Amino acid sequence: MSDLSDIVNEFLVESYENLDQLDRSLVSLERDPSERATLASIFRTIHTIKGTSGFLGFSKLEAVTHVGENLLSRLRDGVLTLTPPIASGLLAMVDAVRAILANIESAGQEGDGEYSALIAGLTALQEANGDGAANATPAQPAQAGGKDQGNDEAAALFAETQAELAAAESAQANPGVTSPSAETQPEVTALPASPASASMAEGDHLQFDTPGAAGDQGTHRGGISESNIRVDVSLLDKLMNLVGELVLARNQILQWSSTAEDSSFLATTQRLNLITTELQEGVMKTRMQPIGNIWSKFPRVVRDLATACGKKIRIEMEGRETELDKTIIESIKDPLTHIVRNSADHGIEEPAQRIAAGKPEEGCLYLRAYHEGGQVNIEISDDGRGLDGEKIKAKALQRGLITPEQAARMNERELVNLIFLPGFSTAEKVTNVSGRGVGMDVVKTNIEKIGGTVDIQSRPGHGTTLKIKIPLTLAIIPALVVTTGGDRFAIPQVSLLELVRLEGEQARKGIERIQGAPVYRLRGHLLPLVHLNKQLQITNHGATADDAINIVVLQADDRQFGLVVDEINDTEEIVVKPLAKQLKGLAVFAGATIMGDGKVALILDVLGIAQRSNVVSELRDRSLGEEKKEGEGRGETKQTLLLFSVGEQGRMAIPLDLVARLEEFSSSIVEQADRQDVVQYRGQILPLIRLGNWFGDASASTSEPMQVVVYTENGRSVGLVVERIVDIVEESITMQRRSSRPGLLGSAVVHGRVTDLIDVPGVIRSIDPSFFEAAVA
Amino acid sequence: MAKDNQYCTFYLDGYYFGVEVLQVQEVIRYQEMTSVPLAHPVVRGLINLRGQIVTAIDLRRRLGFADRPADQLPMNVVIRTDEGAVSFLVDEIGDVLDVDQDSFERAPETMQGPARELIRGVHKLKDGLLLILDKDKAIQIDCVPALAGENGE
Repeated sequence: MSDLSDIVNEFLVESYENLDQLDRSLVSLERDPSERATLASIFRTIHTIKGTSGFLGFSKLEAVTHVGENLLSRLRDGVLTLTPPIASGLLAMVDAVRAILANIESAGQEGDGEYSALIAGLTALQEANGDGAANATPAQPAQAGGKDQGNDEAAALFAETQAELAAAESAQANPGVTSPSAETQPEVTALPASPASASMAEGDHLQFDTPGAAGDQGTHRGGISESNIRVDVSLLDKLMNLVGELVLARNQILQWSSTAEDSSFLATTQRLNLITTELQEGVMKTRMQPIGNIWSKFPRVVRDLATACGKKIRIEMEGRETELDKTIIESIKDPLTHIVRNSADHGIEEPAQRIAAGKPEEGCLYLRAYHEGGQVNIEISDDGRGLDGEKIKAKALQRGLITPEQAARMNERELVNLIFLPGFSTAEKVTNVSGRGVGMDVVKTNIEKIGGTVDIQSRPGHGTTLKIKIPLTLAIIPALVVTTGGDRFAIPQVSLLELVRLEGEQARKGIERIQGAPVYRLRGHLLPLVHLNKQLQITNHGATADDAINIVVLQADDRQFGLVVDEINDTEEIVVKPLAKQLKGLAVFAGATIMGDGKVALILDVLGIAQRSNVVSELRDRSLGEEKKEGEGRGETKQTLLLFSVGEQGRMAIPLDLVARLEEFSSSIVEQADRQDVVQYRGQILPLIRLGNWFGDASASTSEPMQVVVYTENGRSVGLVVERIVDIVEESITMQRRSSRPGLLGSAVVHGRVTDLIDVPGVIRSIDPSFFEAAVA
Repeated sequence: MAKDNQYCTFYLDGYYFGVEVLQVQEVIRYQEMTSVPLAHPVVRGLINLRGQIVTAIDLRRRLGFADRPADQLPMNVVIRTDEGAVSFLVDEIGDVLDVDQDSFERAPETMQGPARELIRGVHKLKDGLLLILDKDKAIQIDCVPALAGENGE
């Protein structure tokens, strides 16, 4: 049972539920044969089981349900009326289905029960007309005993079923992931359950002695169906809201408890905190669904599309089990479908074109989902023709979506993103699948509505990738709380990249201005700065005490900017509440929340702020950056370097990946061991190498506290004492000059300044020649 | 007695106002507010009403009256609306008043300013006039002036 796939499990759960319902329905139908709705529901149930068992390759189950279905269809069409023998036959079929299901659950296969007699019996029932059936049936039980009899009939039936199966299969392109019973489920359960007794069914089915009998099936069944329960989504929504409120109350109590001294109160608060967190996770989990649920219909969509367009398209999926909140799953269903259709229709070329372009005839659509930083990323890639920037430009001009001046200024990437404009479609001929000009803009709006972002990347001739980032859940989000002008604001953590704090010298000199627009050099790239108080027109009455500058580096669309705030407080889980309609026009706020102290704080809309401050419309800045990046990607390798200064030696650098940690030590804790400076560090003795002295610079002073770069190799560490850590930069390094001096690899221009690159292993070896050998041994 | 005749009354800049009592959810004393930057000036802030976030509209500003003195804290008259509760900031709370329908009259044409549209009419009381506020119009703030005429830095 352990190796049963989820699909089979789901099938079992649903089938058991349906069968219980079926027993009751059949019995109530027998009492009142004119109840057409009940009959229809029975038919659907059996049909569903038949369909699914076909997908899953349970041929016996399928054969049994197939005859049952045939019989039921005749009843439904009014050709037959339900007589007790027919009812018994159907109930026997239900039992047979149960027996097979029990086998599947316990052994993973259908078991070796023989059902040909039952099948033959049911076939006979369906051929007899209403009156004749009564006469014909008494013979059936006898026949059921003899297993060889009726085998031919059964064989014929099997053949027929197989043919039908094949047809069904081709209609459902990817049977493995679909669970069609889910679709009919609501209707079935919606029917009033007649409280008929199971004993009645029991009595009837004795006529048909089904093999693999019902003896211990009850215990088997308990395994799956009793551990599952169907819950109304609205109940879960309500629970979610309540948990949201609880989280708020918890936050308030936590805040209060920080000032309390009663230890038992504190302990209780801690427990409350833990329980609330677990409860929140638990409730959130109940609403989680794998993205595979919506992906499962794509193979079919793509197959139909491919057939209609005369293309060959294969679909590949990765990360199908990635889970998302149900509401989000619902709201990305249509956008995703649209993107998939678009890729199949516009992206992937006709076979002839593909072959001409030297690609395999069969196009590939690749779906990928994965979690990253509290977000779900979904990528939809195709290996098709890619987007043609020129064509898009021409189309956008023709439709008057952009002006020629704008068009001239745009780079490839911006052109490609034009497809998100309302009223845009590049399909040369409008097919019945896509190209009606409604689409990508709706996709973008829908995804942005749930706090997600879409980005499109395309390489002409090689394909297109759409990358969607969406939050895991909407109701409770982690946020960074900042203060500006005495007011607190919450920034959704989703958009948060990093925090930068500039102090003293850095604060005064770090920020440069281009025509009044403040920028900060963040690892070699210009980061436009936006002052939150200016954007919000808050007068800074509560001026910051220190002259430090706090920069919150944020991602808006595909651009980064630094939001300058007075103070960075903390991260907190917040419950998002919408703003009243009087405030709806304010794009800079995404909502409001209640903080731990009971006061209201506004949630910043990062994209709104970026737009307001024109970060998002600065077209040229970014394109330059992009080009530069591409250049780097092609020729040189990019390295992240730690820059520091050592006395008069000027700037030095070591690759960041050699650095385990940066530490500060007070010089008072330095001890001596074997005439070597050491400090106790994490239960080890950490030898210190004063780089200034090492390079023979007498003027080298050590700052207090000492700045130490910890280098670790195979569990052994060395601390390099430097004067000042300058920065971490990411740059492509071209060694300009090789060095003959020991301890230096050479020099390079980093960040516009000549910088010596240190040969860390060389330096260490000079102090402790055995360092690396020991490490190896 | 007609339903609409019961009014929750309050004072604004010396005037005596009323809203239908059935539209009032509750009356609460001054609550600390979180101001909303860039919002319309009549929106004084957001208050936390037992876990519900309620927008507070300053009726003095809404009606074009002078701001209340800084040392005077407003009261909240919380109004039910289709889109959740909204709070009206008023100077002082009066009684709930039963008013005779016959004393009602439309506001005089000579009345000027924003108050003109927001006052449905007047009840002539023995010792003064009771101005009846049209709460639906009062909560309608369409334009967000802060967004117009400036674009960031």
